[in-house]
Amino acid sequence: MKIWKWFVALLTLLFGRLTRPAGSADGGGERIVPAGTPERRAENAVLILLLLAVLSGVGFIVIYAVYPHADQPNELLGLSLGLCLAFIGGALTVVAKRLVVTEELEDDYPDVHPQEQAEIIEIVHESGSRITRKKLLMGAGAAAGGTLGLAALTPALSLGPLWDTSPLDNTPWRRGVALVDENGNKMPAADIAGGTFYSAFAEGVDPEDIASDLVVIRLDPAKLRLPAGRADWAPEGILAYSKICTHAGCAIGLYRNPLFPGLEPKPALVCPCHYSTFDPYTGGTVIYGPAGRPLPQLPLMIDDAGYLRANGNFNYRVGPAWWNVLEKPTYGTNE
Amino acid sequence: MTRGLVIGLLSVLFGLSAVAIAQAQPNSGIVRPTTEPSTPSVQLGAQLFAANCSSCHGIDGSGITSPRPGAGAIVGMGPPLRGVGAMAPNFYLRTGFMPLSSIHDEPGNDRVLFSNKEIESLVEYVASLGKGPGIPHPDPAAGSLSTGMQLFTLHCAGCHQEDAEGGFVTGARVPPLQGLTATEIASAVRIGPYLMPKFPVSQISNAQLNSIVRFVQSLKNHDDNRGGWRIGNIGPIPEGLVTWWIAVPLLIIACMAVGRRYRRE
Repeated sequence: MKIWKWFVALLTLLFGRLTRPAGSADGGGERIVPAGTPERRAENAVLILLLLAVLSGVGFIVIYAVYPHADQPNELLGLSLGLCLAFIGGALTVVAKRLVVTEELEDDYPDVHPQEQAEIIEIVHESGSRITRKKLLMGAGAAAGGTLGLAALTPALSLGPLWDTSPLDNTPWRRGVALVDENGNKMPAADIAGGTFYSAFAEGVDPEDIASDLVVIRLDPAKLRLPAGRADWAPEGILAYSKICTHAGCAIGLYRNPLFPGLEPKPALVCPCHYSTFDPYTGGTVIYGPAGRPLPQLPLMIDDAGYLRANGNFNYRVGPAWWNVLEKPTYGTNE
Repeated sequence: MTRGLVIGLLSVLFGLSAVAIAQAQPNSGIVRPTTEPSTPSVQLGAQLFAANCSSCHGIDGSGITSPRPGAGAIVGMGPPLRGVGAMAPNFYLRTGFMPLSSIHDEPGNDRVLFSNKEIESLVEYVASLGKGPGIPHPDPAAGSLSTGMQLFTLHCAGCHQEDAEGGFVTGARVPPLQGLTATEIASAVRIGPYLMPKFPVSQISNAQLNSIVRFVQSLKNHDDNRGGWRIGNIGPIPEGLVTWWIAVPLLIIACMAVGRRYRRE
């Protein structure tokens, strides 16, 4: 029903526009303000600036489309989008300075004079007549603004047709998938030392897959305070968290490990981009910074040969925040 | 007999108050024997340790686990040093990380306060307290630059930045690595000073460490700033300051200039 209301409102607006009495601007009466001198040069400048804005915006889209996904040239993308904005700003500046008639009048509040009121309305209408190619300028402005909008939306197309976010839910982790180090070697639990941190990946999966990357640490099992239901997720105190920060998707590359805990900040996983800080003892909860949800934790197990393996999937979706990221917080226990 | 003790005795002899004794031992001063032997010795190390280190690390390096007032009105607290070997004292003293003037300070690359002979003596003494790792002697020439860069990116760059400029972690500064000796870099990797993780040989082998040291030392004159301005190269905090205190005011000025009306006088 909401759409129907919008439809009625739109019709009313159009109808109102069409039936507005035409001609008070250049109606039959005598002009008060002489017709303004058209500023063709300023108009041309505006048109050229808007055209350049369109070209810059198109440039962004072309650059985004031409370069491979993993190798986008940040400088060129930023430059084209920045130029698009700058040209639109320049065009608006010229319009404001040269085309829109501005005049400051100061007067005491007079008594109501209907005659004068009508004159002022007429002055305002007639003053607006300096622009000679209003439709062209409006069209150019719409083109520039539209291109800017398209350029801003282009990256969203990478999500696929119809904004399908289901690929973001794919992770390589299932019960039994082995953890491997950066060289592809399986990781014996006995080799995981305390006081340091390890990068780990899913066996046989492209390390570029963000759901594959883990940070693995060993903590004192007696000090762990994991949320309910995760009691068996950290065999021997070995914990695995997603290495991708839940704020903006940077790699959690910092591990705070106090040498003398009495005087130094407590252990934490820290993201180098905006300093989101996660507590590994309590299941990756946020203790500082802009991240809005805990680090996803991967349940671990140690197989008969002593190697680390996943004991299921992550408890949260992996990666930076997006809409409805918390809607499906768990993947079911496993599989 | 330490100089502080001599001054203290003289003060008492001349009837001066205890204030003078406190003044004679500034919080960050070094206390030395009146006559030092000409060569490094465990004996000298023990004397220096008792005077300068034991307030925090305890007599015989047994450590102090809760804040305790020590000599010279210093509140002492610090980890035990038994079993740290020669590597840790050598690293902390030669980088100027120790001694600290307050237990709440983060150790940083400060002025080195002991002479070479004194450092060797202290290292010898601390190493004698318990069996521990010796001073590492990495061989960067045997390492590979490209391997070093990969390993540095994986293990170190998260905190120290890709160009080893250092930066911040929540709650601490991260020191820059340029200008450190090979032994200092290798020691830090194994010890994990302050909040740094410590990387055992099972994680970073000695051969890999050679490569890391070679890469770090190759960065001394590295200066690639594609943005045109380095802003300290230590991450988002100075960059945010530039945005808020320089770029935003410039934008506001630009907006005001654009919006100014023509005035007819």
